[in-house]
Amino acid sequence: MLSPEQVKQPTSLYEKRKAVFPKAVDGRFRRFKWLVMAFTLGVYYITPWLRWNRGPYAPNQAVLVDLAHRRFYMFGIEIWPHEFYFVAGLLIMAGIGLFLITSAVGRAWCGYACPQTVWTDLFQHVDRLIDGDRNAQLRLEAAPWGPHKLFKRGLKWSIYLFISFWTGGAWIMYFADAPSLTRDFWSGNAAGVAYATVGVLTATTFLLGGFMREQVCIYMCPWPRIQTAMLDEKSLIVTYKDWRGEPRGSVKKAEKNPGGVGDCVDCNQCVNVCPTGYDIRNGPDIRCITCALCIDACDSVMAQVGRPRGLIDYATLEDCKSEREGGEARPISKALFHTRTLIYTGVWAAIGAALLFALGARTRIDIAVQKDRNPPYTLQSSGEVRNDYTVKLRNMETRPRPMEVTIDGLPGGRMWTDDMPREQAARSIKVLVEPDRVDPLRVYVVAPSGTTEQHFKFVLRASDAEGGGDVSEVRFDAPGEGEE
Amino acid sequence: MANKRIDEPTGVETVGHEWDGIEELNNPLPRWWVITTYLTIIFAIGYMVVYPAIPMLHSGTQGVWKWSSRGQLEAELKAAKDAKAETLAAIGATPIEQIAANKDLMEKAVAGGKAAFRQNCVQCHGSGAAGSIGYPNLKDEDWLWGGNIKEIHQTLTYGIRQPGVAETRTSLMPSFGKDGILNPGQVNDVANYVLSLSGKAPASASVQAGAAIFAANCVACHGPDAKGLRQFGAPNLTDAVWLYGDKKEQVVGSITNAHAGVMPAWGGRLDPVTIKMLALYVHSLGGGEDFAEAPNTPAAADNGNAKP
Repeated sequence: MLSPEQVKQPTSLYEKRKAVFPKAVDGRFRRFKWLVMAFTLGVYYITPWLRWNRGPYAPNQAVLVDLAHRRFYMFGIEIWPHEFYFVAGLLIMAGIGLFLITSAVGRAWCGYACPQTVWTDLFQHVDRLIDGDRNAQLRLEAAPWGPHKLFKRGLKWSIYLFISFWTGGAWIMYFADAPSLTRDFWSGNAAGVAYATVGVLTATTFLLGGFMREQVCIYMCPWPRIQTAMLDEKSLIVTYKDWRGEPRGSVKKAEKNPGGVGDCVDCNQCVNVCPTGYDIRNGPDIRCITCALCIDACDSVMAQVGRPRGLIDYATLEDCKSEREGGEARPISKALFHTRTLIYTGVWAAIGAALLFALGARTRIDIAVQKDRNPPYTLQSSGEVRNDYTVKLRNMETRPRPMEVTIDGLPGGRMWTDDMPREQAARSIKVLVEPDRVDPLRVYVVAPSGTTEQHFKFVLRASDAEGGGDVSEVRFDAPGEGEE
Repeated sequence: MANKRIDEPTGVETVGHEWDGIEELNNPLPRWWVITTYLTIIFAIGYMVVYPAIPMLHSGTQGVWKWSSRGQLEAELKAAKDAKAETLAAIGATPIEQIAANKDLMEKAVAGGKAAFRQNCVQCHGSGAAGSIGYPNLKDEDWLWGGNIKEIHQTLTYGIRQPGVAETRTSLMPSFGKDGILNPGQVNDVANYVLSLSGKAPASASVQAGAAIFAANCVACHGPDAKGLRQFGAPNLTDAVWLYGDKKEQVVGSITNAHAGVMPAWGGRLDPVTIKMLALYVHSLGGGEDFAEAPNTPAAADNGNAKP
């Protein structure tokens, strides 16, 4: 048991953030992080500006979430609200994809692709650009406030604000036509919600990326907690191989005492480069987002002192155990395939295949019929029986389509609509349905006197080359026995 | 009670409480968390200043913004009313027979008429406008006083058999039985005759006798062919629609004690735009007649029966 003197007593009920000044580092994982950052930021900023020709009746933005018109466009795919299961399916795939990634390579999402990580990384590069590397940053932090420090802080925070503003500005481009929204935005004509969204996202990016940084990962984000449950001893995590590194000692000490000192030279580089300020040598911890920058730092030190790389490396707990007992290090590629990753891959692919199949098989026209039930029927002066229906014709193509609605069943039945004279009632009517629309149609159906209550069908057929159709069965009410 | 001790693996003091062996480390809160708490408190104070918050003896504090749910409702109602004003003005300014040409305006007018119908007309005509015995079905194409948009508008504005309204629709069928114009046998013959016109009574001597009585007493209003006359609101007796019922005793009753159905003159009760919307709604129910095709002449009475 430790004695109370050994412990730093909490002097306050709350604790100031211990600022982290990560040192710049180069190496394979850093270069991979550059790539991921360029890719993710590129996708984020460029996507809304891609164009996609859908003809004259639909927007030409490749990716557009058109909330006002309840449409979601993604390249050649257009999703209507009733097809939202495609989006739900994509979200489920994203979820299972995260399980898969976590199960295989641990917190790779946290370390490379999470927006919090990407923007924090970006802001830390801004720090280095303005203030210099770790040591210069530490000096400036300790320096008293003066014109020099004020200028540097002002400049840095302005750049933060600039980046934050463009982050929020890019977000709204997904919800409206990007070029015209940009024009409206700067001329003050955009919707209030656009300005509010940009304002909120600017503020959160500025605050979370510029100042909160690793505290978001450590205190706020639920994902690290969930991930703890998804990692197992077969998942790759960033590990300090203590059996190889301990006891720590300088190179000189090792020369004096060969065999008595481990590979770790206690240079602290792994801590200095860590974006959350954690010492990986204390073992796995929620503060490690597995960005692998400490691996790069350690590898370069190991190269300088002429020792093999990988004192800190991606390894599974199982590998650690066998290595500790003298086993060979397993190549990382072998660690990727185990039962859980294969199951996740299978489920993920199955959902993807099902969605693709549903996408290929979905109909592009629909008929939905609602019968007037009050009154159930109307007796015409001729003695004929009339039933009224609201027929909704859905055209999901982005071009007008000629369609034909026909009565199937109901002997002697004929129909007319509000757009034609009663005298032209017929078994079948032709309608031109507007592109990308649901056209409601009032349809009056009459059947000869003496017709009894029965069911019949409205058959919808597209009369153009593409064809296709749909059927809706409805009820026809008539006066019962004894009423007439 | 508190039994504080130092937790060995972390080197942090515990808070000194234990729940079934579970203890809590006394880690300091992150400062941003504390700042957030203070910000929420400041927000709450601001909220109490601007919104009603503190209960007093009779009501409560009003807040400097003077917000109330009643005030919000009033503002919303006013906004809804203002939003409709333009449409209502357009309906008021457009001649009624031209509104149908403007599809958007027509849709709104019909919707407005439907709402007004629910308030003012369903008591007699039913919520589905299907009427009942004595109250006409407005969905069919059988019209007593005319079924084009102008005629419906006229009927709605001035009502039917309204005393004191100069332009009201009016006519008076004699109570042939009650007033002794026809004896019960003759009434029975006429009833048989008119029912036979739509095949509801078989040919018989009584029908033949009824035809003669009909020619002598009824043709002035119902026409020689019994197809009615809209000028007098005299119904077509040859069709399938019977306002007062098509049973023999119902027809005998109608001849003995004549009906004289009434409808209020809505011109004095509703504003002109609402009446217009009501007329358009009634016209849109599936039986409305074309204005151009059916000019306001009595001769057009049976054109309305043209079958699809």
